[in-house]
Amino acid sequence: MATVTASAPRALPGGLLRHRAAQKLLLLALAAAILVPLANAKWASGSWPEALTVDLTNPLTTASNWIIDNRDSHPLFLYGFGYMSNAVVISVRAVYLVLLAAGWTGVTALGALVAWRVAGVRLAIGTAAAFLTCGLLGMWVPTMQTLALMVVAVLASVAVGVVLGLAAGLSDRLDRTLRPVLDTMQVMPAYAYLLPVVLVFGMGVPAAVLATVVYAAPPMARLTSLGLRGADKEVLEAVESLGSTARQRLLTARIPLASKELLLGLNQTIMMALSMAVIASVIGAGGLGDRVYQALASVDVGAALSAGIPIVLLAVVLDRVTGAAGERAGGEHESSPRTWLYAAVAAVAVALAGRLAGRLDWPGAWTLNIAEPVNRAVDWMTAHLYSGVPVVGGTADWAAHFTTWVLNPVRSGLQWLPWWSVLLVVAALAWLIGTWRTALTAVLAMAAIGVLGVWTPSLDTLSQVLAAVAVTLVLGLATGIAAARSDRFERLLRPVLDVFQTMPQFVYLIPVVALFGVGRAPAVAAAVVYALPAVVRITTQGLRQVDPAALESARSLGATPGQQLRQIQLPLARPALLLAVNQGVVLVLAVVVIGGLVGGGALGYNTVFGLAQGDLATGLVAGAAIVCLGLMLDRVTQPTERRAKKGA
Amino acid sequence: MRLRTTTAVAAGSALLLLTGCGAADMTKQASPFANAQGARTVTLSVQSWVGAQSNVAVAQYLLEHKLGYRADTVQVDEVPAWDALSQGRVDAIMEDWGHPDQEKRYVEDKKTIARGGGLGVTGHIGWYVPTYLAEQHPDITDWKNLNKYSSLFRTAESGGRGQLMDGSPSYVTNDKALVNNLKLDYQVVFAGSEAAQITQMKQFAKEKKPFLTYWYAPQWLFKKVPMTEVKLPPYKDGCDADAAKITCAYPHTPLQKYLNADFAKKGGKAAAFLKKFKWTTEDQNEVSLLIADQKLTPEQAAKKWVDSHASTWKAWLS
Repeated sequence: MATVTASAPRALPGGLLRHRAAQKLLLLALAAAILVPLANAKWASGSWPEALTVDLTNPLTTASNWIIDNRDSHPLFLYGFGYMSNAVVISVRAVYLVLLAAGWTGVTALGALVAWRVAGVRLAIGTAAAFLTCGLLGMWVPTMQTLALMVVAVLASVAVGVVLGLAAGLSDRLDRTLRPVLDTMQVMPAYAYLLPVVLVFGMGVPAAVLATVVYAAPPMARLTSLGLRGADKEVLEAVESLGSTARQRLLTARIPLASKELLLGLNQTIMMALSMAVIASVIGAGGLGDRVYQALASVDVGAALSAGIPIVLLAVVLDRVTGAAGERAGGEHESSPRTWLYAAVAAVAVALAGRLAGRLDWPGAWTLNIAEPVNRAVDWMTAHLYSGVPVVGGTADWAAHFTTWVLNPVRSGLQWLPWWSVLLVVAALAWLIGTWRTALTAVLAMAAIGVLGVWTPSLDTLSQVLAAVAVTLVLGLATGIAAARSDRFERLLRPVLDVFQTMPQFVYLIPVVALFGVGRAPAVAAAVVYALPAVVRITTQGLRQVDPAALESARSLGATPGQQLRQIQLPLARPALLLAVNQGVVLVLAVVVIGGLVGGGALGYNTVFGLAQGDLATGLVAGAAIVCLGLMLDRVTQPTERRAKKGA
Repeated sequence: MRLRTTTAVAAGSALLLLTGCGAADMTKQASPFANAQGARTVTLSVQSWVGAQSNVAVAQYLLEHKLGYRADTVQVDEVPAWDALSQGRVDAIMEDWGHPDQEKRYVEDKKTIARGGGLGVTGHIGWYVPTYLAEQHPDITDWKNLNKYSSLFRTAESGGRGQLMDGSPSYVTNDKALVNNLKLDYQVVFAGSEAAQITQMKQFAKEKKPFLTYWYAPQWLFKKVPMTEVKLPPYKDGCDADAAKITCAYPHTPLQKYLNADFAKKGGKAAAFLKKFKWTTEDQNEVSLLIADQKLTPEQAAKKWVDSHASTWKAWLS
């Protein structure tokens, strides 16, 4: 199979490895020598030939009009989507009413007690503090709205994910069909889902919840299947020898054995759902995301931050609690039902106490206005760094230089390349790092972009992605190496990374523009900020996992720290570094649409335009092109052997 | 209260069962956050500019404090807002800049949206340069002279040409066609959002740098960054019929309110109030400045305006 052919050369000596690479290149050159003159003769043009594009504007506009005109009359909507929509509205409403009825005391107590039972005292205090901070920032009701939406979306995602995961985990055939779908969804930026969902369900909570489910279910499915497949064969055989049926085996052995993966899946699903909470505000999800989005309109970073902090706090708390639960699932730390009962009684008691004291809503006087100091800090920063800084020049000058000397040449270079040569480069890169299958996927994805008629803007976007990835990798690897060498630096870095990883991207749009002006440079900056934490994390982990014995022996041979790094740590951490590159690329691409909001233009702008004007033809084509770019970049940067254990 | 919650949940499930045998028309669904805890809720659509926020803030304040409603706001872009309004996901749009296609579809054909009367404010889109630049070069305010000055407006993004900055993709714009048809040596650069555009304009103004931008009045930023309009060939009725061949300026548009048709009929006092809501450009700007410049929350800003303009809003409530 594909994985076998790819991992084989790794075991062979270096000479042979080069030999294989040379073989592949030779084969590709041969194919190119035959195909290129043919293609060039027929469609001689620098950019993608006109004759090979398909214009989807008319069918898409017709489809969009049909949906809007028939949404209140056609049976498909009345008896199909209408029910889905109804179910979402009713369940979100039910959760929201329960949360409001519990009041802020009840919700805080319940959160803290659950955290205490599954994760210990420290996290319980953290959870309570997080909820109280949400109230203190004057964001109680929006937090509850977001929480209600999240609860429903996460439950639905888990249900969908577990069903798909069970199917993929138990049947090899289903696994083969589902895997490429899940792979594709993994690289799909959240924004690309919004437009089709909005068209069918209209603006509002149902669309937001469904878009979130589509976005957040794949990790759950992937990890469920992984857990089922990774179960210890010997245990399974033992259970089988006891004469149990297939269903008993599944329920008593395979699922419990996979509980660690299941909890990790839950953790990932929650994190993805939360990151969608803000993006979904663009389609009327309400709650915290909407506050961030509204603050953006009055260019008010402080107000955006007061709504962004609760999101970060929710994310960090949920991450730590589910993470701790996952770790405990490995050990035999069982809490008895009785303590759970006590916890429940205590939570209800606190809720009732809050109710009787007439403090159901968060008291208006207890709010803290952080907007003003934050805005002052941002103003100071932008006033002093924008331009005229002695020696180094202001950030505006850097942005202009970066645009002129990096972005413009890369863009014009890519757009100058004949279309077939771009395909050829993609094929060569993907084949060298993977198999002929991944190369084929990458080439087809790139060709699809041309067929959709967005070749030029896609190359513009690609140039921004390449520049952003380069900057991210330089900064990320440097920081990662530093963090791997110093424990104290890593400890300091951890909360910073947490915040940047979970902070809604809308919050830093304004500071980014204030520092770098409008254009592609701020778009690149936003992408770097977003992708950096993951790259730093993966690099640090990779370097730290290098076998200590190898390091020790190098040290005893008198290698300097620099030599150790270059000759032992970096080569041994190569898989992790490659993973960092891959994740960097995927994450950078995910922010391309956000870049459209600060003048990045190209595909990002088209997607935003499509959403804003309800223009399916522009938006959907741009969204599809982003997905194709993502597929192509993923295949070009993803070493094949990782595919076998991909999922975490 | 707990009892009421359970009844609400029970009622919800009963509703699900009831509709189980009939059709589920999702174009008649309210927001799940509406009418919580027995309050009557009105949901208003806020667009992404501050003027629209001011209308909504004052309406929200009066609804909550004088009429006893709970008012929710949702930020939606202009065109999708029409769709949300027709489905009842929002009850009212307070400021619309003219969308003839949507008006025909929803108001005339489907009759799911009702006109709510004028807002009292007249909107105008145009090209603007900062006033300090217009004082330096008085003839820059005529489009015929723009080519002469295009080198002033060059940026890294605009290539070798001058930069004409456009804003959010949700706004009405003919700028690309105008630049083309008037043969101007300019490149339209889309800021992608109004927030980005304002931030950039403020940065330019701080350094007294020249810039040319798509902008609109009424807008609070004029108080912070005084700007002068560049005269384009005058607007005549129908000169913007073919968007690709357009060579004339943008019209002056009396801004309109729209209500969901059901809400307009059954919305009681709230609907009547929103229909009567009508104020002036100065009123709107006053609230907008409080929000955007003094960074008051929309609620505080609305309170300030309401406290000092009793005669204006009392007429809306009668």
